[in-house]
Amino acid sequence: MSDIQTTNQSILVVGGGMSGITAALEAAEAGYDVVLVEKNPYLGGRVAQLHQYFPKLCPPNCGLEINFKRMRINPKIRFFTMAEVEKISGEEGDYDVGIKISPRYVNEKCTCCGKCTEVCEVELGNPFNFGMDKIKAAYLPHEFAFPMRYVMDPSIAGTEEGKKCHDACEYGAIDLDMSETHFDLKVGAIVWAAGWEPYDASKVEYYGFGEYKNVITNVMLERLASFNGPTEGKILRPSDGKTVKTVAFIQCAGSRDENHLPYCSGICCLASMKQATYIREQYPDCDVSIFFIDIRALDRLEDFYTKVQEDEKITFIKSKIANITEDEETGALMLEGENTNTGEQIRMNFDLVVLATGMVPNKINTAPSPNVSCDEYGFLTYDPEKAGIYGAGCVRRPTDVASSVQDATAAALKAIQSIARR
Amino acid sequence: MDKNTAVYICTGCSIGDALDIEQLKENGTEDFTISYCKDHPFLCGSEGLDLLNKDIEAEGINTIIIAACSQRVNYDVFNFGPDKIVERVNLREQVAWSQPPKEEDTQMLAEDNLRMGCSKAKDTELPEPFQAEEAYSKDILVVGGGVAGMTAALDTAKAGYQAVIVEKEDRLGGFLAKMKKNVTLPYKELSDTGVEELINSVEEDSRIKVFTSSTVEKVSGAPGLFSVDITSNGDAANERVGAVIQATGWVPYDANKLEHLGYGQFKDVITNVEMEEMAAAGKIVRPSDGKEVKNALFIQCAGSRDSDHLPYCSSVCCLVSLKQATYLKEQNPEALSYVLYKDVRTVGQAEDFYRKAQEDGNVFIRGSVSAVGESGGMLYVEADDELLGEKVKIEELDLVVLAVGMVPRSRPEEVPRVKAPEDEKDADEDGMIEVEQDSGFFANSALNLEYRQGPELPTLQYGFPDSHYICFPYETRRTGIYAAGCVRKPMEIARAKDDATGAAMKAIQCTEATAIGMAVHPRAGDMSYPEFNMQRCTQCKRCTEECPFGAINEDEKANPLPNPTRCRRCSICMGSCPERIISFKNYSVSMIGNMLKAIHVPEEDEEKPRVIALVCENDAYPALDMAGIKRMTWSPYIRFIPVRCLGSINLIWVADALSRGIDGLLLMGCRHGDDYQCHFMKGSELANTRLDKVSETLDRLALESDRVQFVEIGITDYDKIPGIIGEFMEKIEEVGPNPYKGW
Repeated sequence: MSDIQTTNQSILVVGGGMSGITAALEAAEAGYDVVLVEKNPYLGGRVAQLHQYFPKLCPPNCGLEINFKRMRINPKIRFFTMAEVEKISGEEGDYDVGIKISPRYVNEKCTCCGKCTEVCEVELGNPFNFGMDKIKAAYLPHEFAFPMRYVMDPSIAGTEEGKKCHDACEYGAIDLDMSETHFDLKVGAIVWAAGWEPYDASKVEYYGFGEYKNVITNVMLERLASFNGPTEGKILRPSDGKTVKTVAFIQCAGSRDENHLPYCSGICCLASMKQATYIREQYPDCDVSIFFIDIRALDRLEDFYTKVQEDEKITFIKSKIANITEDEETGALMLEGENTNTGEQIRMNFDLVVLATGMVPNKINTAPSPNVSCDEYGFLTYDPEKAGIYGAGCVRRPTDVASSVQDATAAALKAIQSIARR
Repeated sequence: MDKNTAVYICTGCSIGDALDIEQLKENGTEDFTISYCKDHPFLCGSEGLDLLNKDIEAEGINTIIIAACSQRVNYDVFNFGPDKIVERVNLREQVAWSQPPKEEDTQMLAEDNLRMGCSKAKDTELPEPFQAEEAYSKDILVVGGGVAGMTAALDTAKAGYQAVIVEKEDRLGGFLAKMKKNVTLPYKELSDTGVEELINSVEEDSRIKVFTSSTVEKVSGAPGLFSVDITSNGDAANERVGAVIQATGWVPYDANKLEHLGYGQFKDVITNVEMEEMAAAGKIVRPSDGKEVKNALFIQCAGSRDSDHLPYCSSVCCLVSLKQATYLKEQNPEALSYVLYKDVRTVGQAEDFYRKAQEDGNVFIRGSVSAVGESGGMLYVEADDELLGEKVKIEELDLVVLAVGMVPRSRPEEVPRVKAPEDEKDADEDGMIEVEQDSGFFANSALNLEYRQGPELPTLQYGFPDSHYICFPYETRRTGIYAAGCVRKPMEIARAKDDATGAAMKAIQCTEATAIGMAVHPRAGDMSYPEFNMQRCTQCKRCTEECPFGAINEDEKANPLPNPTRCRRCSICMGSCPERIISFKNYSVSMIGNMLKAIHVPEEDEEKPRVIALVCENDAYPALDMAGIKRMTWSPYIRFIPVRCLGSINLIWVADALSRGIDGLLLMGCRHGDDYQCHFMKGSELANTRLDKVSETLDRLALESDRVQFVEIGITDYDKIPGIIGEFMEKIEEVGPNPYKGW
């Protein structure tokens, strides 16, 4: 790995989500040399965890499949999973980047036969499903994982359990001696597409996330709705696995709030409306309430809002919910607040509450910190005086998939310009 | 090339446990010329690969059949260089992992799969990339010299390429030049528009040629080879370019249609565009008497989000009104602005500017306008205030500003009419008919493409030539032509700039790919292209009509004139051709036809039906793999054949299969309709339409129509696969065996 050859004519893309994949592919398909690094054991990022996209209600894996295929056949792209950037030094056209690769404990001999999972008895919270179910400590991150290769959790690497997995593998694919490796790259430009984290919902204390089991976040609901999620796609209450009759979505849960995220996360309105369609598809009798401040469905996405409004079982209520309390016995949740339209006090019970939490950008945290500028919220800003490192996607502004892809395509050209200037 | 073919069977990952490998070697290859057939317990491991590489070298093997895991995995491992043909046979996901081991039916399935692989390898040739006789251009034409167009040209130039801008006004700048100030990242305060600097950078860049007071008269040719006729100040000019960016922008929604809001009736009711022009020119005053403006009211969504006008949201009007309220405040700190809105849509960091506007003391009223009137020379607005739940009347207004939305310049005022086909029943008395909304005819003149399928980019709803794909926002239905900025969807300046840069990336990429004969998205990297055996063409026009990308023109005798660099290699033309004259080096009607023939059809008394599933290789095929990974099981009587797109299915395959005794055919493809998922737009829809014609074939053969079925399946629908197959097999059982068995 340390012998990877790059030059100041190469582009480094950090982050293997939709933005990073796009930036890498667009540059590579124009003939440029690209290295992509991703910290997860698979590419695809957050979109791989989504059930469907709005407004088409189509599966993200479809586009990922095409992109992975583009990547497979393009020799101009090299990619590394479980890889993180440790340091960036230099300037436009001449960067030295330090990369750290965490041990996967599974090498290229893995055929995905699944024997290690079969014998492994240690279970851990499944990170792909936000811990809502368990996976074995030797596992395939998910069926669509690209690259298609298992991974072993470090917690069992040095244990008897790890040895058991090792012995079960007929192909010698489990390497318990793997350790962290480091290597340096020389590149001419960097696209920072490290994506976002959902805002920590437990910080919005009055909604009881983490305390009340049936208060979940929008990203969790995506997993509940997916066939490869913890419930095989059935949307069920986490507390008792029961079906739901009433579901509430609380918009701006932490967003547009100076105590939390002062900005608007841009996508949560449409995400909740989309998720309301998941629920309505599974439960013809379920009532869905969406508590909102403003519904922000830009451009032709307005059509999706119009369509969702046509469903009589989906109600939009302009209100900021002030408080949630749980009935300990039934797990039901009582929402309190004021209906800003009618002025009436709201006291409504729901089986499941979904918090539409916002996006927090993943910043460049390396020492020394490179010459880039950020706004007060940590979003990367574009400054022509500081060319060479370009943000793409949600590290620049909270935005949807299509806009992230546009942005990443633009970032690819900016990176090419940095090289062309040399 | 002279084939020297070898077969390698991997027995790892339970394949060896599920099958009798010796029998597979024997039966799976006996009908073909194979130099040898070997097996290995771990073919993708270093030992297996060593064996492969040594053999290839020693035996001069150039065609390698790998019977192992799915083609989706180990693609890099089983790559032996560009001069070798590799054919993958799926024995793992779709056999060993989804069928019971050591069963006769499992064995027969594996043998059929191997036979199909051998047959396909036999008919595959290495593609030779298309190379035009003329020299390729990598220059980029940008139509429109507004902020998006200028940015696209500038970013093209900065990357080292040449650009040509054609602007119809006598000066670059577009709407940006009409603006006083901009509000953009980081959305704290107003900023200069920067238009003069932008225009200067464009005009000073030696790599950018600017035509003002100019229009594009005609674009002919294809990516890499476009010839552009330009009329510039009355003179004719011609440019050769490799790709095109359409950044023709927008026009404001016609406020004359908003009489109910007082426009045209009261002089002091103006549009946001008029407001901006007035601000840019100097002072904002009352148009009626030139007096100062103290109280103003902004009516948001004036004609937007309104099914009688523009049903969509124009995205920018909220920020524009907040900006214009700031102008008033700057002009007179005592000024008061009311904003009457449905939702304030300041997404992302723009929320900061909304917060500032609230802190500035502007009054926001959520509701809808019920009347605009005048009393004593001052305007008033009546509204239903949603938050108060009552009617409110705001009086003593100096100015009412209508926040009108954006209409893409590509949208025609009226639906254009074209000459209808002879048997068209909806044609008017002059034999004319409205063009289809998503065709290249439904648009205003901008590019004037010399394309069989219309002169402009096909648009989506409301006339936006936007992409239909979330993952691929630069996908247009005309190869090498990309829309950017507000023509594709309403967007603010910061986004229009980013969009333009992205479009420049795609345009440059297209010229680079074209120059080496490579397809662009979604089959990026594909070096094959369709070849037409013109001697057998009957001028039926199906290929020219059905190509979703308008790649094929027609001469006056209706002969197809292919443009290989416009082609996206979906093979829909191949599926459309009743004479089967269109083929690719590595994909053809006879190739799949021969694969079908390679399947052994048991005699009727064996009671083993045979069903063929033709599956979309991008979505349905991976879904099958996923089902296998999940160890789901289904009938062993079905054989899967991946196809480039369901639209490439030629009906002869159906007829051939049925006449050989195949009991049924299942077509597994993408969702079609408004929210279609087919990456070639029309492929799955066309397959479905063509199926209607299958009934004729079935009637001719006196077979039941139930034998052929189309199912929509998405890539994540693998949970449904056992059910879909089970149902179809039941149906086939009900219908009974195909009487043509054994013929």
